[in-house]
Amino acid sequence: MSFNEFLAMGGYAQYVWSSWLLTLLVLLWNVIAPRYKHKKLLQQVEIQTKREQLKNSTNKI
Amino acid sequence: MNVLLKFYHRLGSPREFYEISGSLIPWFGTISLILILTGSYLGLVVAPADYQQGESYRIIYVHVPSAWLSMLIYTVLAVSAMIGLIWRMKMAYVVMICSAAPGAWFTLVALITGSLWGKPMWGTWWQWDARLTSELLLLFLYIGIIALYNSFYERHLAEKSAAILAVVGVINLPIIHYSVEWWNTLHQGSTVIRSDGPSMDVRMLWPLLIMAVGFNFYYGLILMLRARNQVLIQEARNSWVAELVVNKGQAS
Repeated sequence: MSFNEFLAMGGYAQYVWSSWLLTLLVLLWNVIAPRYKHKKLLQQVEIQTKREQLKNSTNKI
Repeated sequence: MNVLLKFYHRLGSPREFYEISGSLIPWFGTISLILILTGSYLGLVVAPADYQQGESYRIIYVHVPSAWLSMLIYTVLAVSAMIGLIWRMKMAYVVMICSAAPGAWFTLVALITGSLWGKPMWGTWWQWDARLTSELLLLFLYIGIIALYNSFYERHLAEKSAAILAVVGVINLPIIHYSVEWWNTLHQGSTVIRSDGPSMDVRMLWPLLIMAVGFNFYYGLILMLRARNQVLIQEARNSWVAELVVNKGQAS
Protein backbone atom coordinates (compact mmCIF):
# COMPACT_ATOMS: atom_id res chain seq x y z
CA MET A 1 0.00 0.00 0.00
CA SER A 2 1.44 3.38 -1.01
CA PHE A 3 1.27 6.47 1.15
CA ASN A 4 -1.18 8.10 -1.24
CA GLU A 5 -3.44 5.09 -1.06
CA PHE A 6 -3.25 5.28 2.71
CA LEU A 7 -4.29 8.95 2.62
CA ALA A 8 -7.14 8.20 0.22
CA MET A 9 -8.68 5.68 2.66
CA GLY A 10 -10.39 3.85 -0.20
CA GLY A 11 -12.32 6.97 -1.15
CA TYR A 12 -13.52 7.72 2.38
CA ALA A 13 -10.68 10.13 3.18
CA GLN A 14 -12.87 13.09 4.15
CA TYR A 15 -14.94 11.05 6.60
CA VAL A 16 -12.10 9.04 8.17
CA TRP A 17 -9.62 11.90 8.49
CA SER A 18 -12.10 14.45 9.77
CA SER A 19 -13.18 11.98 12.47
CA TRP A 20 -9.60 11.36 13.52
CA LEU A 21 -8.69 15.03 13.36
CA LEU A 22 -11.66 16.04 15.50
CA THR A 23 -10.75 13.40 18.09
CA LEU A 24 -7.12 14.51 18.11
CA LEU A 25 -8.11 18.16 18.63
CA VAL A 26 -10.46 17.28 21.48
CA LEU A 27 -7.77 15.15 23.14
CA LEU A 28 -5.22 17.96 22.86
CA TRP A 29 -7.62 20.68 24.00
CA ASN A 30 -8.65 18.78 27.13
CA VAL A 31 -5.04 18.56 28.24
CA ILE A 32 -3.95 22.06 27.23
CA ALA A 33 -6.92 23.95 28.71
CA PRO A 34 -6.69 22.60 32.30
CA ARG A 35 -2.89 22.93 32.27
CA TYR A 36 -3.17 26.58 31.27
CA LYS A 37 -5.81 27.17 33.93
CA HIS A 38 -3.59 25.50 36.54
CA LYS A 39 -0.81 27.93 35.73
CA LYS A 40 -3.19 30.89 36.01
CA LEU A 41 -4.56 29.64 39.35
CA LEU A 42 -1.07 29.28 40.83
CA GLN A 43 -0.26 32.81 39.66
CA GLN A 44 -3.40 34.09 41.38
CA VAL A 45 -2.46 32.32 44.59
CA GLU A 46 1.00 33.85 44.38
CA ILE A 47 -0.37 37.38 43.95
CA GLN A 48 -2.80 36.83 46.81
CA THR A 49 -0.06 35.50 49.08
CA LYS A 50 2.25 38.42 48.32
CA ARG A 51 -0.55 40.92 48.91
CA GLU A 52 -1.27 39.40 52.30
CA GLN A 53 2.40 39.34 53.23
CA LEU A 54 2.63 43.01 52.32
CA LYS A 55 -0.45 43.81 54.39
CA ASN A 56 0.99 41.97 57.37
CA SER A 57 4.32 43.74 57.14
CA THR A 58 2.75 47.22 56.87
CA ASN A 59 0.52 46.44 59.84
CA LYS A 60 3.59 45.83 61.94
CA ILE A 61 5.00 49.29 61.12
CA MET B 1 -6.90 -3.99 52.56
CA ASN B 2 -5.68 -1.67 55.27
CA VAL B 3 -3.29 -0.10 52.79
CA LEU B 4 -6.08 0.41 50.27
CA LEU B 5 -8.36 1.90 52.90
CA LYS B 6 -5.63 4.27 53.97
CA PHE B 7 -5.01 5.28 50.37
CA TYR B 8 -8.74 5.92 49.93
CA HIS B 9 -8.81 8.12 53.01
CA ARG B 10 -5.75 10.00 51.86
CA LEU B 11 -7.38 10.69 48.50
CA GLY B 12 -10.40 12.03 50.39
CA SER B 13 -8.33 14.94 51.64
CA PRO B 14 -7.98 17.68 49.02
CA ARG B 15 -4.39 18.36 49.99
CA GLU B 16 -3.32 14.73 49.81
CA PHE B 17 -5.21 14.36 46.56
CA TYR B 18 -3.36 17.32 45.13
CA GLU B 19 0.00 15.80 46.05
CA ILE B 20 -0.75 12.21 44.99
CA SER B 21 -2.33 13.21 41.68
CA GLY B 22 0.67 15.41 40.97
CA SER B 23 2.91 12.36 40.96
CA LEU B 24 0.40 10.17 39.06
CA ILE B 25 -0.21 12.60 36.19
CA PRO B 26 3.07 11.92 34.30
CA TRP B 27 2.36 8.16 34.46
CA PHE B 28 -1.17 8.47 33.17
CA GLY B 29 0.03 10.84 30.48
CA THR B 30 2.78 8.50 29.29
CA ILE B 31 0.63 5.35 29.38
CA SER B 32 -2.27 6.95 27.52
CA LEU B 33 0.06 8.47 24.93
CA ILE B 34 1.77 5.12 24.23
CA LEU B 35 -1.52 3.22 24.06
CA ILE B 36 -3.25 5.76 21.83
CA LEU B 37 -0.28 6.01 19.45
CA THR B 38 0.03 2.20 19.26
CA GLY B 39 -3.71 1.77 18.80
CA SER B 40 -3.78 4.43 16.09
CA TYR B 41 -0.95 2.82 14.17
CA LEU B 42 -2.50 -0.65 14.41
CA GLY B 43 -5.96 0.65 13.59
CA LEU B 44 -5.03 2.87 10.68
CA VAL B 45 -2.20 0.89 9.11
CA VAL B 46 -2.05 -2.73 10.27
CA ALA B 47 -5.71 -3.74 10.60
CA PRO B 48 -7.23 -5.02 7.33
CA ALA B 49 -10.06 -3.23 5.54
CA ASP B 50 -13.60 -4.35 6.32
CA TYR B 51 -15.20 -6.65 3.74
CA GLN B 52 -18.42 -4.61 3.73
CA GLN B 53 -17.41 -1.09 4.70
CA GLY B 54 -13.92 -0.93 3.20
CA GLU B 55 -11.62 1.65 4.77
CA SER B 56 -14.44 3.76 6.17
CA TYR B 57 -14.81 1.46 9.18
CA ARG B 58 -11.52 2.85 10.57
CA ILE B 59 -13.66 5.57 12.15
CA ILE B 60 -14.52 2.85 14.68
CA TYR B 61 -11.16 3.35 16.41
CA VAL B 62 -12.10 6.85 17.50
CA HIS B 63 -15.89 6.48 17.54
CA VAL B 64 -16.28 3.43 19.78
CA PRO B 65 -13.65 4.34 22.42
CA SER B 66 -15.25 7.81 22.68
CA ALA B 67 -18.73 6.34 22.98
CA TRP B 68 -17.61 3.83 25.63
CA LEU B 69 -15.81 6.55 27.50
CA SER B 70 -18.87 8.80 27.38
CA MET B 71 -20.73 6.08 29.30
CA LEU B 72 -17.88 5.17 31.63
CA ILE B 73 -17.45 8.82 32.59
CA TYR B 74 -21.16 9.06 33.34
CA THR B 75 -20.89 5.99 35.57
CA VAL B 76 -17.97 7.54 37.48
CA LEU B 77 -19.84 10.84 37.69
CA ALA B 78 -23.02 9.23 39.02
CA VAL B 79 -21.22 6.98 41.52
CA SER B 80 -19.26 9.93 42.91
CA ALA B 81 -22.48 11.98 43.03
CA MET B 82 -24.02 9.16 45.09
CA ILE B 83 -20.99 9.00 47.41
CA GLY B 84 -21.16 12.77 47.78
CA LEU B 85 -24.86 12.69 48.63
CA ILE B 86 -24.52 9.86 51.16
CA TRP B 87 -21.20 10.55 52.85
CA ARG B 88 -20.81 14.25 52.01
CA MET B 89 -17.29 13.62 50.83
CA LYS B 90 -15.66 16.76 49.46
CA MET B 91 -13.52 14.99 46.87
CA ALA B 92 -16.44 12.94 45.56
CA TYR B 93 -18.18 16.12 44.44
CA VAL B 94 -14.92 17.32 42.91
CA VAL B 95 -14.69 14.11 40.86
CA MET B 96 -18.34 14.52 39.92
CA ILE B 97 -18.14 18.04 38.58
CA CYS B 98 -14.73 17.55 36.97
CA SER B 99 -16.09 14.57 35.02
CA ALA B 100 -18.97 16.48 33.49
CA ALA B 101 -17.05 18.48 30.88
CA PRO B 102 -14.85 15.55 29.71
CA GLY B 103 -18.02 13.46 29.51
CA ALA B 104 -19.71 16.07 27.37
CA TRP B 105 -16.66 16.30 25.11
CA PHE B 106 -16.50 12.57 24.47
CA THR B 107 -20.24 12.32 23.93
CA LEU B 108 -19.88 15.07 21.34
CA VAL B 109 -16.97 13.25 19.68
CA ALA B 110 -18.98 10.01 19.62
CA LEU B 111 -21.96 11.79 18.05
CA ILE B 112 -19.97 13.68 15.41
CA THR B 113 -17.71 10.78 14.41
CA GLY B 114 -20.82 8.61 14.30
CA SER B 115 -22.40 11.12 11.99
CA LEU B 116 -19.28 11.16 9.80
CA TRP B 117 -19.47 7.38 9.65
CA GLY B 118 -23.22 7.34 9.05
CA LYS B 119 -23.11 9.61 6.03
CA PRO B 120 -21.13 7.26 3.73
CA MET B 121 -22.58 4.02 5.20
CA TRP B 122 -26.25 4.84 5.83
CA GLY B 123 -26.50 7.78 3.48
CA THR B 124 -27.55 10.16 6.25
CA TRP B 125 -25.82 12.32 8.84
CA TRP B 126 -28.50 11.80 11.44
CA GLN B 127 -31.45 9.57 12.19
CA TRP B 128 -33.74 9.78 15.20
CA ASP B 129 -33.12 6.18 16.12
CA ALA B 130 -32.89 4.88 19.68
CA ARG B 131 -29.10 4.66 19.95
CA LEU B 132 -28.43 8.08 18.48
CA THR B 133 -31.22 9.77 20.40
CA SER B 134 -30.24 8.28 23.76
CA GLU B 135 -26.61 9.30 23.21
CA LEU B 136 -27.78 12.83 22.38
CA LEU B 137 -29.76 12.77 25.62
CA LEU B 138 -26.51 11.88 27.41
CA LEU B 139 -24.95 15.05 25.99
CA PHE B 140 -27.90 17.09 27.30
CA LEU B 141 -27.55 15.42 30.71
CA TYR B 142 -23.89 16.40 30.93
CA ILE B 143 -24.69 19.96 29.85
CA GLY B 144 -27.59 20.05 32.31
CA ILE B 145 -25.35 18.94 35.17
CA ILE B 146 -22.77 21.62 34.35
CA ALA B 147 -25.44 24.31 33.97
CA LEU B 148 -27.20 23.35 37.20
CA TYR B 149 -23.91 23.33 39.11
CA ASN B 150 -23.01 26.77 37.80
CA SER B 151 -26.41 28.26 38.52
CA PHE B 152 -25.91 28.27 42.29
CA TYR B 153 -23.71 30.75 44.08
CA GLU B 154 -23.53 28.55 47.16
CA ARG B 155 -21.26 25.59 46.38
CA HIS B 156 -22.88 22.97 48.61
CA LEU B 157 -26.25 23.67 47.06
CA ALA B 158 -24.72 23.47 43.60
CA GLU B 159 -23.06 20.14 44.38
CA LYS B 160 -26.20 18.61 45.84
CA SER B 161 -28.49 19.70 43.00
CA ALA B 162 -26.08 18.57 40.29
CA ALA B 163 -25.60 15.25 42.11
CA ILE B 164 -29.35 14.57 42.24
CA LEU B 165 -29.70 15.24 38.51
CA ALA B 166 -26.68 12.99 37.89
CA VAL B 167 -28.16 10.10 39.86
CA VAL B 168 -31.56 10.41 38.18
CA GLY B 169 -29.84 10.45 34.79
CA VAL B 170 -28.35 6.99 35.36
CA ILE B 171 -31.54 5.56 33.86
CA ASN B 172 -30.22 6.64 30.46
CA LEU B 173 -27.15 4.35 30.62
CA PRO B 174 -28.93 0.98 30.20
CA ILE B 175 -31.15 2.62 27.59
CA ILE B 176 -28.09 3.57 25.53
CA HIS B 177 -26.50 0.15 25.92
CA TYR B 178 -29.58 -1.93 25.12
CA SER B 179 -31.09 0.46 22.59
CA VAL B 180 -29.68 -1.58 19.71
CA GLU B 181 -31.38 -4.72 21.07
CA TRP B 182 -34.67 -3.29 22.30
CA TRP B 183 -35.47 -1.31 19.21
CA ASN B 184 -34.93 -1.74 15.54
CA THR B 185 -32.14 0.73 15.05
CA LEU B 186 -30.18 1.88 12.07
CA HIS B 187 -27.14 1.70 14.33
CA GLN B 188 -25.44 -1.68 14.15
CA GLY B 189 -25.59 -4.07 17.10
CA SER B 190 -22.72 -4.65 19.52
CA THR B 191 -19.71 -6.34 17.98
CA VAL B 192 -17.49 -6.42 21.05
CA ILE B 193 -19.55 -6.54 24.25
CA ARG B 194 -21.93 -9.44 23.54
CA SER B 195 -22.81 -12.63 25.35
CA ASP B 196 -21.23 -14.93 22.74
CA GLY B 197 -17.95 -13.02 22.65
CA PRO B 198 -16.67 -10.43 20.17
CA SER B 199 -17.66 -11.00 16.55
CA MET B 200 -14.77 -9.02 15.13
CA ASP B 201 -11.57 -10.24 13.50
CA VAL B 202 -8.80 -10.17 16.12
CA ARG B 203 -6.62 -7.95 13.94
CA MET B 204 -9.42 -5.39 14.05
CA LEU B 205 -10.33 -6.03 17.67
CA TRP B 206 -6.92 -5.52 19.27
CA PRO B 207 -6.39 -1.96 18.07
CA LEU B 208 -9.88 -1.11 19.31
CA LEU B 209 -9.22 -2.52 22.78
CA ILE B 210 -5.84 -0.78 22.99
CA MET B 211 -7.44 2.52 21.98
CA ALA B 212 -10.21 2.03 24.53
CA VAL B 213 -7.76 1.38 27.38
CA GLY B 214 -5.68 4.35 26.21
CA PHE B 215 -8.79 6.54 26.31
CA ASN B 216 -9.52 5.36 29.86
CA PHE B 217 -6.07 6.39 31.01
CA TYR B 218 -6.51 9.66 29.17
CA TYR B 219 -9.72 10.28 31.10
CA GLY B 220 -7.84 9.56 34.34
CA LEU B 221 -5.28 12.12 33.26
CA ILE B 222 -7.68 14.95 32.43
CA LEU B 223 -9.84 14.16 35.45
CA MET B 224 -6.81 14.67 37.70
CA LEU B 225 -5.78 17.84 35.86
CA ARG B 226 -9.25 19.32 36.28
CA ALA B 227 -9.69 18.08 39.85
CA ARG B 228 -6.41 19.70 40.88
CA ASN B 229 -7.67 23.03 39.52
CA GLN B 230 -10.98 22.60 41.34
CA VAL B 231 -9.13 21.80 44.58
CA LEU B 232 -7.02 24.94 44.18
CA ILE B 233 -10.15 27.05 43.70
CA GLN B 234 -12.00 25.50 46.65
CA GLU B 235 -9.02 25.54 49.02
CA ALA B 236 -7.62 28.92 47.96
CA ARG B 237 -8.01 30.25 51.52
CA ASN B 238 -6.07 27.39 53.11
CA SER B 239 -2.47 27.84 54.11
CA TRP B 240 -1.23 24.73 52.27
CA VAL B 241 -2.17 26.32 48.94
CA ALA B 242 -0.08 29.39 49.76
CA GLU B 243 2.78 27.09 50.76
CA LEU B 244 2.60 25.48 47.31
CA VAL B 245 3.59 28.74 45.70
CA VAL B 246 6.34 29.35 48.24
CA ASN B 247 7.94 25.95 47.58
CA LYS B 248 7.59 26.27 43.83
CA GLY B 249 9.29 22.94 43.35
CA GLN B 250 6.09 21.10 44.27
CA ALA B 251 3.81 23.43 42.41
CA SER B 252 4.38 21.94 38.97
